[in-house]
Amino acid sequence: MGLYNDTVMDHFMNPRNVGEMENPDGVGTYGSPVCGDMMQIQIKVEDDVIKDAKFKTFGCGSAIASSSMATSMIIGMTIDEALEISNKQIIEELGGLPAVKIHCSVLADHAIKAAIYDYAQKNGKTYAGLEGFDPDADEDEHEHEDIEE
Amino acid sequence: MRNVYMDYSATTPVKEEVLKEMIPYFTENFGNPSSLYTPGLTAKEGLDLARERVAGLIGAEPSEVYFTGCGSEADNWAIMGIADKFKDKGNHIITSSIEHPAILRTCEYLEKHGFQVTYLTPEKDGRILPETLEKAITDKTILVSVMLVNNEVGTIEPVKELAEVAKARGILFHTDAVQALGNVPIDVKELGVDLMSMSAHKIYGPKGVGALYIRKGLRFPNHIFGGGQEMGRRAGTENMAGIVGFGKAAELAKAGLSEHIAHSENLRNRLIEKVTAEIPDTCVNGTMEHRHPGNANITFKYIEGESILLLLDACGISVSTGSACSSKSLKPSHVLTALGVPVEMIHGTVRFTVGDFTTEEDIDYVVDNLKKIVARLRELSPVSAEKGW
Repeated sequence: MGLYNDTVMDHFMNPRNVGEMENPDGVGTYGSPVCGDMMQIQIKVEDDVIKDAKFKTFGCGSAIASSSMATSMIIGMTIDEALEISNKQIIEELGGLPAVKIHCSVLADHAIKAAIYDYAQKNGKTYAGLEGFDPDADEDEHEHEDIEE
Repeated sequence: MRNVYMDYSATTPVKEEVLKEMIPYFTENFGNPSSLYTPGLTAKEGLDLARERVAGLIGAEPSEVYFTGCGSEADNWAIMGIADKFKDKGNHIITSSIEHPAILRTCEYLEKHGFQVTYLTPEKDGRILPETLEKAITDKTILVSVMLVNNEVGTIEPVKELAEVAKARGILFHTDAVQALGNVPIDVKELGVDLMSMSAHKIYGPKGVGALYIRKGLRFPNHIFGGGQEMGRRAGTENMAGIVGFGKAAELAKAGLSEHIAHSENLRNRLIEKVTAEIPDTCVNGTMEHRHPGNANITFKYIEGESILLLLDACGISVSTGSACSSKSLKPSHVLTALGVPVEMIHGTVRFTVGDFTTEEDIDYVVDNLKKIVARLRELSPVSAEKGW
């Protein structure tokens, strides 16, 4: 029994959608190496549908696996659908993560929103799902909690 | 697939010779060493021999060695016992910020119960200077505890010099020698320490047995109450097979010490040379001058340690990391933090420790796989030497 389940390990060992695009329509990053996890997502959008997504992630196994899963999930989705993706859904698609790792996937849903926000800004678009979203919001919500050994 | 174990500081395999001496104590020599009939006396002989052997490894009298359940218990007992005994004399304890949690958590507990603790910060090379200790001593100081060898970066602390400073002021000195035992020559009389913690499973002995050296004449309260085992100072029927195994491991460690050090250093240096030469943007943490012979603590910039660990594991290679993500506390290593290593670099730190069963082929296998793994993770990373952090 490893730390992660087979789906997580598959997405970690063989991550989908790794890399950077020539001319992305939107780019979002979230986290920082100081935090231990940082994710960058690029998207290609046509008629409000996400045609392609690429990611680059600095982080642990679950951060990489959740980046891979999140990008796989949003390709083919409309922007409105992608904006509804939650951290919880990504974890469910991965078949669960160890409790101490849950914070890592928060990166993916925030990074997706940040990439769509960038796209919306560049193209003068507004989406209901972006209401109140601040791409530079401070990262309190994934502050590491101390767990006594 | 090849299996390469490179985490000897976490634990070591029990050597065949050790296991062989242990086995009879589960079966034919099952007697209780406190019993006065023949099977009891046979067990008592095994217990005495083990005590002599452990004492022999550290230059102590057998009567100064008390077996415990582990190194952590020895640490806890020493700190709590001295604090209890001398609480009316003073409430100040000095330790370092790079100790094992068995020391740090015990000190934190005492802080909640009226004690004041000073955590000495090491120099950039990981060493605690005697001057730093000198300055921290007050008229309330009753105990100084500084480890002999650090578990993460392998730094050998100047314990002899530190103990001299404490002794000159009439203060007791404890050292956690769990990582040092069997890896550096130890003579408790020459070191001048009053108390020293040890563990069997770091020196090719079994898990579940440790020992505390207590200098002759030093008395303080017990922490486990019951029967008169361990010369009346640590109750509980002895873990006979474990203690016998510890004794045999200590005997082997003493006989093979210089060979073990030369073998480990040679392979460790080969690893460090190859990794730093063949993989860009890597650096070694901690001084090379005063170092555990088998320890290599290496930062791989722009990538994260748990990912490295998982990919190495997939190649059959076992290592540990200073990364927060792979620790249960999710906090980056307190040792590397104390050494001034930037947090983003701590996340990409891996500890390799080699030992008696490591071979040159193992080192080359690890380096070959590391090259591929580091390149692969850097491909995945949004940060790089060009882009910066």
